[in-house]
Amino acid sequence: MTTVEETDVHGIGQSVKRKEDDRFIRGKGTYVEDLVLPNMLHMAILRSPIAHAKIVSVNVDEAQAIPGVVAVVTGELLAQHNLAWMPTMSGDTQAVFATDKVRFQGQEVAAVVAEDPYIAHDALGLIDVEYEPLPAVTSPQQALQPDAPLIRDDKEGQTDNRCFQWETGDKDATEKAFQQADKIVELSTFYPRCHPSPLETCGIVADVNPISGKATLHMTSQAPHAIRTVFALVAGLPEHKIQIITHDIGGGFGNKVPVYPGYVAATAASLLIGRPVKWIEDRTENLISTGFARDYHMRGELALTNDGKMLGIRVELLSDNGAFFADAQPTKCKVGLFHIVTGSYDVPAAYLSTQGAYTNKAPGGVAYRCSFRVTEASYLVERLVQNAAYELGMDPAELRRKNFIKPEQFPYKSATGFVYDSGEYERAMDLAMNELGYAELRKEQEAARAEGRLIGIGMASFTEVVGAGPSKDYDILGLKMFDSAELRVHPTGKAILKIGVQTQGQGHETTFAQIVATELGIPTEDVLVQYGDTDNTPYSLGTYASRSTPTAGAATAMVARKLVEKGKKIAAHLLEVSEEDLEFKVDKFSVKGAPDKAVTIQDVAFAAYTNMPEGLEHGLEDNHYYDPPNMTFPFGTYMVVVEVDADTGQWKVLRMLAVDDCGKVINPMIVQGQIHGGLAEGYGIAAMELITFDDDGNCIGSNFMDYLLPTSWETPRFETHMTETPSPHHPIGAKGVGESATVGSPAAYVNAVIDALAHTGVRNIDMPVTSAKVWEAMQGAARSS
Amino acid sequence: MEIALRVNGQERTGDIEPRRLLIHFIRGDLGLTGSHVGCDTTSCGACTVLLDGSPVKSCTLFAVQANGSEIKTVEGLMQDGELDPIQAAFKEEHGLQCGFCTPGMMLTAAELLDRNPSPSEDDIRWALSGNICRCTGYVNIVKAVQAAAPAKSEPVATGSEA
Amino acid sequence: MFPSRFDYVAPDTVEEVLATLAQHGDEAKILAGGQSLIPLMKLRFASPGLLVDVNRVPGLGFVEETGEHLRVGTLTRNTELERSALLKSGYPVMADAAPMISDPLVRNRGTIGGSLAHADPAGDWGSVMLALGAEVVIKSSTDERTIPVSELLVNTFTTSLDPTEMITEIRVPKTPARSGGSYLKMERRVGDFATVATAVHLTLDNGTIKRAGIGLTAVGSKNLQASAAEDALAGAEPTAEAFEEAARLAAEASSPSSDVRGSAEYKKAMVRTFVRRGLDKALELARG
Repeated sequence: MTTVEETDVHGIGQSVKRKEDDRFIRGKGTYVEDLVLPNMLHMAILRSPIAHAKIVSVNVDEAQAIPGVVAVVTGELLAQHNLAWMPTMSGDTQAVFATDKVRFQGQEVAAVVAEDPYIAHDALGLIDVEYEPLPAVTSPQQALQPDAPLIRDDKEGQTDNRCFQWETGDKDATEKAFQQADKIVELSTFYPRCHPSPLETCGIVADVNPISGKATLHMTSQAPHAIRTVFALVAGLPEHKIQIITHDIGGGFGNKVPVYPGYVAATAASLLIGRPVKWIEDRTENLISTGFARDYHMRGELALTNDGKMLGIRVELLSDNGAFFADAQPTKCKVGLFHIVTGSYDVPAAYLSTQGAYTNKAPGGVAYRCSFRVTEASYLVERLVQNAAYELGMDPAELRRKNFIKPEQFPYKSATGFVYDSGEYERAMDLAMNELGYAELRKEQEAARAEGRLIGIGMASFTEVVGAGPSKDYDILGLKMFDSAELRVHPTGKAILKIGVQTQGQGHETTFAQIVATELGIPTEDVLVQYGDTDNTPYSLGTYASRSTPTAGAATAMVARKLVEKGKKIAAHLLEVSEEDLEFKVDKFSVKGAPDKAVTIQDVAFAAYTNMPEGLEHGLEDNHYYDPPNMTFPFGTYMVVVEVDADTGQWKVLRMLAVDDCGKVINPMIVQGQIHGGLAEGYGIAAMELITFDDDGNCIGSNFMDYLLPTSWETPRFETHMTETPSPHHPIGAKGVGESATVGSPAAYVNAVIDALAHTGVRNIDMPVTSAKVWEAMQGAARSS
Repeated sequence: MEIALRVNGQERTGDIEPRRLLIHFIRGDLGLTGSHVGCDTTSCGACTVLLDGSPVKSCTLFAVQANGSEIKTVEGLMQDGELDPIQAAFKEEHGLQCGFCTPGMMLTAAELLDRNPSPSEDDIRWALSGNICRCTGYVNIVKAVQAAAPAKSEPVATGSEA
Repeated sequence: MFPSRFDYVAPDTVEEVLATLAQHGDEAKILAGGQSLIPLMKLRFASPGLLVDVNRVPGLGFVEETGEHLRVGTLTRNTELERSALLKSGYPVMADAAPMISDPLVRNRGTIGGSLAHADPAGDWGSVMLALGAEVVIKSSTDERTIPVSELLVNTFTTSLDPTEMITEIRVPKTPARSGGSYLKMERRVGDFATVATAVHLTLDNGTIKRAGIGLTAVGSKNLQASAAEDALAGAEPTAEAFEEAARLAAEASSPSSDVRGSAEYKKAMVRTFVRRGLDKALELARG
C-alpha cells in the first residue's frame, strides 16, 4: 500500500490554485446581471433629487403610456400591499418607496417595469413628482440641535433626530484612571463616510411563479439565508417558497449584506405582474443609496504615566446614521464591536459613550470590509498611541511594546469585556520592524529632514475581533450567529460540501475543500463545495465580518470529524478489529502498531453504500451547526513609509509592509491575496475615498469620477509577511483574515503622513488625507510656530 | 440600424437602435456576458474589449460605431482550446478574486504584451491604470502579467510567502 | 445607464460632415472620441438629436511638421500623441500632457480636437495650446477660418464654434531650437481631472527669454492664459527671481473655486509652485 502524505491531499497550509478561477478567466462566471429568463422584464428606479421634501403628488400617467412599459410601481401601490416600509438590519424601519416624505437624495420614490431597460429609463423621465422642499439636515451635530427639522416624523414617539444613545465600559474606574494619569492625550477625528463599492453593483432577478407562488430570487447577497428569512417576515411569503440564489458575486465588502428597496420592489413587481423582473443598480444608485460605511465623529483620550504605561481610554462617539438606522450589526451592539478600542494593549480601564443621529443622508452603516465598526476603533486607538508617543517623547514602537498584552496573559479579558483568544503582538511587530529596517529608516528620516525632505514612518499594531457568534451574545434581528456545514461522501469517495456562507471572491470553493481534505483525507480536487442556493444549503448568517472561516470553517472541520468517527466504525468492520484499535491519519484508518493493515477513506465510503456493518445507518454524510465559543482575534503590525512634498502636500508611499497573524493559515496564497486587497482598500480610504454632502444634502461622491478608487498606478507595492498564532478554541486554529488589512492599514498610512510632519507640531489630518489637507496642516503649523 | 462586425473571429450582425451601447450589444444581443458593467462614467474598465486590437471601454462606445470593426472579448482569448498565457497566469499567480474586473484586466494586459514583450512593473501598472480592481490590490495582477510576458522581466518582490 | 434616443450618421468625408451640420444646426453634435460626450449622454445630461460620427472620415488623424507648423489632425487619439516621437523630441509640453489625460483606455479613444471643442476648464489640451500659442483650423460648409486657441475657448463648455463648424486641425508654431516646456498636473489618482495643472513653454534667445507661454488648467471658468506672467518673462533673464515673480503673477491670474480637491487658496498656491517648477524644467530642456 502506498503512503499518502499530507501534502498529497492538498489540504490546509497549501497554496492550492483556486477552483473557481477556471470559469472566471474564461469569462464564464455567472453574475446576476448575466441572467436572462424567458419573459423577463426590466425595472428602473426613480430617485429623489432632493434630500428632504414632502411628496405632494406622483403622476405616472405619461410614463405608463409609453409603449413597452408594463407597470409603474409607486409607494402608494406598495402601501396597498403593506410593502411600503421594511425593517432594517438594526431593527429600525426604512421606506421601500417613499410615500410621505423623501429623506435623502437618491431615495427610492417609484419604479418603471418595462420590456427593455432603455424604455424603462425613458419612462422614468416622464414620472412627474411634485415635492415641497424641507430644510436638509446634513450633519449629526446639526441634527441634535433642539430646533433641527424632525426627519423621522413617521416614527411614533420620535420627537428629535436622536437615533440611539449607548455606553459601555466602567465609567468610574476610567474616571479614576484619568485622575491618576501623568499625561492625557486627546484626539478628535472624523472617519468620513466611504463606500464599499464592489465592482459589481447590487441587483436581482425576481422570479415569482404565478402558479406555485414560489419566489426564486437571484440576487447579490452576502447572507442569502438570513435575507430569505427577512423576506418571509417582510413580505409575508411562506419561507419554503422563497429560494435565494446568489450565483457569482462581484465583490461585496459589506455592501451586499442588507436588504435594499430595489430587491423588495422587484419581487413585488414580479409577484404582481407574474413575470420575472430584473433590477440592476447603476453605479450612481449604488453610491447614493446603498450601505455606506463609517461617518463617525470620534473623540478619544488616553491616560498614561510619564513612562508610558497606559492607564485608561475614554471615547466619545457621534455617528451619522442617515435617514434610517440601517447599520448591519448584532442586535445588542449599537456601535458594532467598537469596544475593541483597547486594541492590542493592556489597558485596565475603558469607557465608551456614543450617540447616533438621523440626518438627510443615505442609510447604511455597513461595515466596509470590517467586523462591525472595528475599523473605526482600531483607527482611533492606533492614531492615539502614536500621538501619545510624541507627547511622551517615546518611540511609537516602544510605547506599543510597553503596553502590548503579553503572550502569557491570554486568554485576556479586556476592560470592555472581550476575551482575547491568543496573540503574540511583539513577535509580529518585531518581524515588521526588522523587515522594514526600522532603526535604519529612523536615521534616514533624520538625515532627510536636515535636507528639508519630509519622510514619515507610520505603524499600526491592530487587533481585530471577528467571527461572531457566540450565539448567546450575538444575533441579527434575533437570528443567532452560528453557522453550518453539510458533508456528503459518495460511494466512490468523492464529496460534496454544502455551506451557507457566501463567497464574494474569497475562494471558498477551494479553501473549504482544503479543510475537508485535511480532516477527512479526500483530496481537495475531489471535494465540490456548494453554496449560494438557499434551497440546497444549510442555514447561515452569511459572509461578512470575517466570519466564514471562524464559523462555517469550524463547522466544516466538525462535520468532517463526525464522518471520521462513523468511518472508524466502518473501517473496524472492514478490518475486523475493534474501533479502539484504529487510528486515522491523512486518509487512512490503520491498526495501531500495524500500519499496513489499513483502509482508505475511499474504501470506507464505498463500504458505506455496499457493505455496512449491521446496526449502522447507510451512507456517509452528516451536518454540523457550529456555535463558536468565542470570537477570534487576528492581529498584526503594518508599517508605512511616506515622503511628503513640502511645497504641495502630496505624499507618496515609499514602503508598505504588513505582518499579519490570522492563526492557522488554510491557503497562504489566498490569505496573502486577501491582505493585498485590504491594504489597497485601506489605502483608498486613507488617501481618496470620500462621500460628502453640500449644505442642501446633495451627495458629492455619487460616481467613480468623484468617488475615487485607487488604480494600479498609485496603489502602493505591498510587502507581506505572516506569523502564525493559532486560535485555541477554533477546531483548526484558524481566525478570520479578510478584513484585517482594511481595519489595520488606514491608521498606518495616516500615521506615516503625520510622522513626516510631527516635528512641526501636526497631530491630526482627517481622512482622506488629500494633498490640500496636508498643505493646510503644514501652513497651520508654520503659522503657529 | 443594421451593423455587421467580427467578434472573436466570427461574423456577427445586429439590427439595433443607434443609442445601444456596445457593451449592451455584446452582452445582450450576442450573449457574451464575460464583459461587465461596473460604472457609468468610463472609470472602471470592467467592460474593456479590444476594438481593432486596442483596449477600449465598451460602455463608452455606441454599437453602431463598431460597425465593420474587429472586436475581441474575453471569450475570444482562448485559441484552439488553449488558454492564452495571460489567462493561465492570472490563475497561477492568483491575479483574481471575485472575477468581475478580470476579463477587462486580461484584455488590457494582453494588448500591452503584444506591444511590449517585457514590460517593467511601472509599464504594467501604467497600462492597467484604466482598469479598476477592488479585490487584489493589484500585486498579483502585476505578477501575472509579468509571468505571461513573452520576454520575462524581474519578478515583483513582495516579501516572504505568506 | 441608458442614453436617450438620437439619430446617427457616419459620413465618409469632411464635406458630408459639414453639410450635415449645416442642415441640422444645433440639433446635431459631432461624435469624435466620445469619452466626454457619451458619459454625459448616459447620465442624460446631454441628449443631442443627431450624432454626426466623424470617426469614419479618413485623414483627420495625423501628427506632422510642415512649413512653420506642427500640424495635428483633429481626430488624432491621445494615445498616438502619447507615443509620438516627434512630440517627445520637439514639443515636451505636449509630450508631458498626453499621458496625463484620463487613463490609458480613454486615451485610446479620446481625441485632441474633441477635447478642445469640449472646452472643459479642467481639460488639459487647452492650456497646452495656450502655452504654445497654437491655432485651430475651423471649417464649415461655406467657410474656413484659423483662430488662436485663446479665441476658441470662451467659457466653461463654451467655444466660439458655430454649431455648423468643426475643428479640423490644430496648428502649433514650430518650436525653435533652445525651447523647452513642461506640463505638470496634480491629480488625486489616474483618471481624475486636475486639481491644478500648468503648461509652460519657453524659448531662449542668447540666454534671455524670447517667448514664454503659460496655460493654466482647472483654475478658472476656462483654460487660462497667464498673460501677465508671460509678459514679465519675455525678454527677461531666466533667473530664479524672474521665475518666482512669473509664478506669483500666474497665481494671481487664476481664479479657482474651493471644492473637495482643495481650497481656492491651496489651488492658487499650487499654481505658483507648479509654474515655478514647470519653468525650471522648461529651462533645463531649453538649455539642452
